Amino acid sequence: MSIRLTTTAAVALLTVAAPALARDQINIVGSSTVFPFSTTVAERFGKSTNFKTPVVESTGSGGGLKLFCAGVGEKFPDITNASRRIKSSEVERCATNGVKDIVEVMIGFDGIAFANSTQAAQMSLSLRDIFLALAKNVPNGDGTTQPNPYSTWNQVNPELPEVKIEVLGPPPTSGTRDAFAELAMEGGCKSFDWIKALKKSDKPAYKSLCHTLREDGAYIEAGENDNLIVQKLQANSAAFGIFGYSFLEQNSDVVQGSTVNGVAPEFEEIAGGNYPIARSLYFYVKKAHIGMIPGIQEFLGEFTAEDTWGDEGYLADKGLIPLSTSERKVWADKIDALIPLDM
Amino acid sequence: MIDLTKKAGFGLDQRHRAEQRFQWAGKLAIATSLLFLLVMVGSIVTDASGVLRQTQIAVDLDLGPENVNPSNPQAASYGRIVKSSLRDMFPEVTRRKDKKRLYNLVSPEGSFEIAAMVTDNPALLGSVQTLWLTASDDLDLFLRGKVDISLPPKQRRISDAEITWIKILEDGGQLRRVANWGFLSSGDSREPEIAGILSALIGSAFSLAVCFALSFPIGIGAAIYLEEFAPANRISDLIEVNINNLAAVPSIVFGLLGLSVFLGVMGLPRSSPLVGGMVLALMTLPTIIIAARAALRSVPPSFKEAALALGASPVQAVFHHVFPVAMPGMLTGAIVGMAQALGETAPLLMIGMVAFIVDIPDSVLEPATALPVQIFLWADSPERAFTEKTAAAIIVLLIFLICMNLIAILLRRKLEQRF
Repeated sequence: MSIRLTTTAAVALLTVAAPALARDQINIVGSSTVFPFSTTVAERFGKSTNFKTPVVESTGSGGGLKLFCAGVGEKFPDITNASRRIKSSEVERCATNGVKDIVEVMIGFDGIAFANSTQAAQMSLSLRDIFLALAKNVPNGDGTTQPNPYSTWNQVNPELPEVKIEVLGPPPTSGTRDAFAELAMEGGCKSFDWIKALKKSDKPAYKSLCHTLREDGAYIEAGENDNLIVQKLQANSAAFGIFGYSFLEQNSDVVQGSTVNGVAPEFEEIAGGNYPIARSLYFYVKKAHIGMIPGIQEFLGEFTAEDTWGDEGYLADKGLIPLSTSERKVWADKIDALIPLDM
Repeated sequence: MIDLTKKAGFGLDQRHRAEQRFQWAGKLAIATSLLFLLVMVGSIVTDASGVLRQTQIAVDLDLGPENVNPSNPQAASYGRIVKSSLRDMFPEVTRRKDKKRLYNLVSPEGSFEIAAMVTDNPALLGSVQTLWLTASDDLDLFLRGKVDISLPPKQRRISDAEITWIKILEDGGQLRRVANWGFLSSGDSREPEIAGILSALIGSAFSLAVCFALSFPIGIGAAIYLEEFAPANRISDLIEVNINNLAAVPSIVFGLLGLSVFLGVMGLPRSSPLVGGMVLALMTLPTIIIAARAALRSVPPSFKEAALALGASPVQAVFHHVFPVAMPGMLTGAIVGMAQALGETAPLLMIGMVAFIVDIPDSVLEPATALPVQIFLWADSPERAFTEKTAAAIIVLLIFLICMNLIAILLRRKLEQRF
């Protein structure tokens, strides 16, 4: 048996690897929500230019920013995708590791659908209904709170049908969950005046009241895979699911989005800013890497071309809700001049 | 004596019946698990069958000098040529929104396909040519009856207008279904109609090669020393306990170790199969060591004793007489470990192999992904057509696994000692 041979081979492999090779392709990390859009642009960029196709990793927004902020140099990623804005704590962390100039790019919007099977009737909800149905503690009328007593939708709002509250959604690690808590739950929560007042007097209490989802089985953590939630909704027509707009669009034959505050989760409504549960998507570029890794500026050019992120661009086909024409202009100019983020 | 026979015969029927019951229960258990396996494999195979063929659409393209500069054909805008050809085919389409739907019949890959065809065969330039281009995933799904046209138009991906166009194309013989070799010969893509498995397959093969090259010699060496030469003392006991514990450590921990040591300290390239293989090697080492030690222990001690009695040194006795007999068992252990490594995604996440990679890696230093990662990424994609790709990728993974096991069985047959 050629043990000696395999060992030699292994040692040879390691010695070959030891001198760090100059990286000649862009390395992108970050949010799994931005991943489908980032990869689409990366693929087109690789095919239509002489640069190598950028490598896009799906690490989650927080994980991506952590890697991104670890330092400057070939070892570290050039771009990170995020389904929320970078936090000031993250900017500071970046700065301590030498990552000073960061260029921010806002690429568009993502709507979060509150949907059920097409077998059941379409629901018309308000943010307050969503909050009352899903919060761990709800107001009981006299300025105090009680553990959520509601088990059917008509207890929340008499106009809703008598159907058990059963909502499938992402786990706490997900950016979609954060956005849902912030936009839908908090939106419904502050529709109570006394809670709105609480925001000024006791912010932590306000946040915990508004953002905490119930844990008694009415809200079911169904994992990060949105396709799985769609399949479960098909099997159980009484249940509702929370997932991204692109999955609603692709599966419009089996699931339907509920209207929220009277607005349906449709392309035009989200783009116009009328649909209340929509968030902005971003990516961040390390300015120090421009010139060091070939193609970053060209990649930014491809991303901000009208054919890419415009109203009729190919990202819209993939489910990205574009920015308005004027916003696109503002962002494109900022990116063109590589104006660093200032927080 | 008589008492004893009576006692032996006591309840004989009952005991026979008990045995029968047990045997039936056993058969039932096997039948049930076979049924589950059949249902699982069956559903995967039916899902994957859609990947075998892909739809192509014939488009008349004007490749004249006003559209394509013959001296620099790569610079031409083939996307625009495809769009104008589609407009010529259906001149009644005028609304912006409808035009967009019309353009969506052809895959976005179409323009790159024309560029490749023109490069291969410059004779195409200068006139109008009818070329077969890959059709979009929506068109493909519709042709295969995967779109329920009884639903209201708002609830399906194909509108009534598109159905009319497709019918016209079909009647004109401008649609055809061909074998989809691209699935095996190209890398990943965000367009399901052209996404392929090759980059992931090669990434897995590279990672496993590195994993085997590292873990097998180290694992076997460690096992031989620990089993045959190490003095029986506290330190040996401690090492043994630790190896057994390591075998049960969650695999993500090895990924974290890889991130801090291989990427952080040693500075090896991120997302590379080299680092992936090294992390997987760490993960499989305990399995290989434990299996190899068991194989060595199962060799009758008389072999070693006879060799020692005839004057062989302990090293000679082990390497000439014990090791060859234990080799098949060690190989089995190694294959079990490698099969585990093949299915891992968690440790690869930390070292950047859970990534979208289009280019097919040429060496272990270039970014690559792995088969289970590809399955995970496709299962997570919104496009409906990726469901079939996911199932097909699972089948490729299973075939890879079967091939690995087959090689192990053949090697074992060859190395087996007869006595």
